[in-house]
Amino acid sequence: MTEPSLRRVAADGLWLNNQVLVALLGLCPTLAITTSAINGLSMGLATLLVLAGSNTVISLIRHWVRPEIRITVFIIIIAAFVTTVELVVEAWFYELHKVLGIFIPLIVVNCQILGRAEAFASKHSPLRALTDGFFTGLGTTLILTLLGAIRELAGQGTLFAQAQMMFGDFGRHLTLTLGSDFQGALVAVLPPGALFALAALVVLSRYIEAWRKAPAVFVSPSLPSSNRAMS
Amino acid sequence: MTTLHPILMAGLIVGAFTLVSVSVVVVTHQATESRIEDNQRLSLLDKLHALVPANWVDNDLTADIIQVPGPAALGGREMKVYRGRQKGQPVALILAVVAPDGYAGPIQLLVAVKTDGTLAGVRVLSHQETPGLGDRIEEQKSGWVLGLMEKSLDHPAIERWKVKRDGGDFDQFTGATVTPRAVVKAVKNTLLFVKEQQASLFLAPSPPPPQEKHP
Repeated sequence: MTEPSLRRVAADGLWLNNQVLVALLGLCPTLAITTSAINGLSMGLATLLVLAGSNTVISLIRHWVRPEIRITVFIIIIAAFVTTVELVVEAWFYELHKVLGIFIPLIVVNCQILGRAEAFASKHSPLRALTDGFFTGLGTTLILTLLGAIRELAGQGTLFAQAQMMFGDFGRHLTLTLGSDFQGALVAVLPPGALFALAALVVLSRYIEAWRKAPAVFVSPSLPSSNRAMS
Repeated sequence: MTTLHPILMAGLIVGAFTLVSVSVVVVTHQATESRIEDNQRLSLLDKLHALVPANWVDNDLTADIIQVPGPAALGGREMKVYRGRQKGQPVALILAVVAPDGYAGPIQLLVAVKTDGTLAGVRVLSHQETPGLGDRIEEQKSGWVLGLMEKSLDHPAIERWKVKRDGGDFDQFTGATVTPRAVVKAVKNTLLFVKEQQASLFLAPSPPPPQEKHP
């Protein structure tokens, strides 16, 4: 199999095949944990660490694992990485661990991780696999943070509240507040808000892609042709 | 390799990877274990000292614990009681009680009672009440729970230990009466329990070892 260029791998992971926006994988943490920007960011980073690690190791061992037991071995490796990340978060970011709770162990069954292991890492060189893991994780982190930021801003009127859980006391300066009289739209923080915000992001990303492919369509006012571009 | 049975071979491969992975996890666990235990203890101690300030007591609140069967009014479950003392003299009890009748399931509370029967404070440890409505029992969301400080069974009188809608003295929330009603009732029952049992709660010896991971 020919190796894709690193640039291509990075672009796929970050945007073209973004695991949240395009593949819509890993929706459990995406919808449940993104009630604030910091939650989304930390969950994204935990996923990134696991993805980069598991992708690299799985690529390194890809010639030794027989096809019939590959899924078993992949899951064992992923579980080891997730447990390690969880212990490290609990030891050094205890407040964060209390917020993320069950969602860190659940990274084991996030389809993104096994999906990248099976579809990419097991077929490509370690460097490509690491790049893919890193940029796929980064793509997920960006979207989870963005989703968290939208929901936090709409729901509570703050941005990066409780950043001290991640950055220590320095984080307190990162918090932005819209003003103390902002009541917030509660629905944004509740589960339906997650679906609305994610849907909005998916639509936006599809628009941007359609525009990148055929900018002219968006300049022309005729509705039918822009409909065609969307489909 | 060709002489080995394929199933045996597959088993050996899985076994080898399992061994390596488990070793990694064990090493990480040992490297982080003491730090995690410290985190858990300090986090619990922070919560306890928010109710019973550190300068009231000279003992380790996380170590002076007993486990007692709770009264039926509080769900009848085993509950933890943390005991604060100054020079061996009782100062306050902190009880980890459950309000069994929250709007969306039980509400875990920490209720601190001074020896004179007044409340040193109440905190909500965990709950599933509606965000934006019932969750105002959390200290970070509103000051409601702080309003219970210094209250006792005589102040207000015991028949006034209800939310205002039920003819009592405590505010309910707009759109959420069940949640504060459950908390007020649980706190009242805790006060009654402490009034009855205070002496024996302070006397009971802490079981060794007192290391407990969760409140």
